[in-house]
Amino acid sequence: MALLEVRSLSKSIGPAKILEGIDLTVERGEILGLIGPTGSGKTTLLRLINLLDEPSTGCILFDGRMVFGKPEKELLCARRKMAMVFQKPVMFKASVETNVSYGLRMRGRVDATGGEMSMSDMVEEALAAVGLSGYESRDANTLSGGETQRIALARALILQPELLLLDEPTANLDPGSAASIDNLLQRLAGSRTAVILATHNMQQCRKLAGRVAVLQAGRLMAVGKSEEITLPW
Amino acid sequence: MEEIYSGLLRALELIAAVDPQVVEITLRSIFISLSSAFLAGIICIPLGGIIEFRQFWGKRALINLIQTFYSLPTVTVGLLVFLLISRSGPLGGLNLLFSPSGMIFGQAILVSPIMIGLTITALAGVSPQIRDTAKSLGATEMQIIITVIKEARVAVMAAVLLGFGRALSEVGVAMMIGGNIRGYTRVLTTSIALETSMGNLELSMALGIILISISLAINLLLNRFQGR
Ligand SMILES: Nc1ncnc2c1ncn2[C@@H]1O[C@H](COP(=O)(O)OP(=O)(O)OP(=O)(O)O)[C@@H](O)[C@H]1O
Ligand SMILES: [Mg+2]
Repeated sequence: MALLEVRSLSKSIGPAKILEGIDLTVERGEILGLIGPTGSGKTTLLRLINLLDEPSTGCILFDGRMVFGKPEKELLCARRKMAMVFQKPVMFKASVETNVSYGLRMRGRVDATGGEMSMSDMVEEALAAVGLSGYESRDANTLSGGETQRIALARALILQPELLLLDEPTANLDPGSAASIDNLLQRLAGSRTAVILATHNMQQCRKLAGRVAVLQAGRLMAVGKSEEITLPW
Repeated sequence: MEEIYSGLLRALELIAAVDPQVVEITLRSIFISLSSAFLAGIICIPLGGIIEFRQFWGKRALINLIQTFYSLPTVTVGLLVFLLISRSGPLGGLNLLFSPSGMIFGQAILVSPIMIGLTITALAGVSPQIRDTAKSLGATEMQIIITVIKEARVAVMAAVLLGFGRALSEVGVAMMIGGNIRGYTRVLTTSIALETSMGNLELSMALGIILISISLAINLLLNRFQGR
């Protein structure tokens, strides 16, 4: 059974049709590239999948279970198995450590539970993964754009989600940091975390994604192995 | 003119001498108004959060109504609370009339609209991306509200301080519910009214100066909070 199944999903805002008839499946542990020009609906689709907005029609099955139209409790349960890094991430007015541990704390984790890794160790590990070790006590709102992007990634990674939704995670980064994020994602491949990676960048898709979905003007034009896809533009 | 000037000097003397009666009235004023601001804050901040976050019929009208109540005459609130807690009223059994607890209750009601309203304004100022981020990271609705309140903490604190200021400087509720009982419910505003009517202008002026100083201190604190 696929981890995520999107069935004829559409989203209209007022008279504008933003997404139309999207069908898509994501398997456990795979990296799916979502490529499309600006305004094609990538962010809109990721937000629907993260259950932040409601679709106009169509449905989403997460772990084989229908999610929309269910009580908020079930939506929350599904949402807690995912994590999304927004295109322009924002930080809470607090330290980096407080930001990175946010999701864990919302899930009721308290520090120093016997046996398990302590929360501060997990934060340390997540920061190391994005190459920002030692940033714990920094004020999260004084970070540079690229640092913010990476802390946002750490804030999602620490949750070990089954599905990670990344909205152009390397768009704000210099080539060096972008490459290190790509490496990190490559290492994620093969773990149990599935990734949907929205990007404009076909090269990044070829490098990281097993399959690619091509979005144009709110419709899926093609889905297939990344080496077999040629872009229609 | 001469009289005012000499009265002012005597008032300052009274303050400088740390007159025990003046100190007692001042402390009681601060205690009662701070308690009422605190009580109102505990109820109004989450309530403001719920009003801001939930979509419901008549929401716009409710917010307009709350804003209209900002300048509710204090005597009408005093009357309302009096009816509630007087012996034959629905809360008569609590014996709140003519007690500090009754004043705290009454002033909390008085400052509630301003606290709810300013909390709503404060939370509306937090960018929607913060809500999305919290939601996306698995926060429940209540956790999202708490997160947004924390983001707006400076503006929310300002709402509580403004409530404190209004409670401290009002006279209607304090007089009608407290009864201005010496050593028990007498506060700055009610004693100023009383002493003035009895011709003790120096004492009135001394208390007035203290009241203005506290208000000034609250404003300085507010500005400090808002980083101005
Ligand atoms: N709330 C909204 N109201 C009206 N139109 C919207 C809204 N949100 C998105 N749109 C429109 O929907 C279309 C798709 O937007 P979306 O943000 O999903 O594109 P995108 O593929 O993520 O683009 P980019 O690569 O620039 O981030 C755009 O034309 C956008 O203007
Ligand atoms: Mg986008």
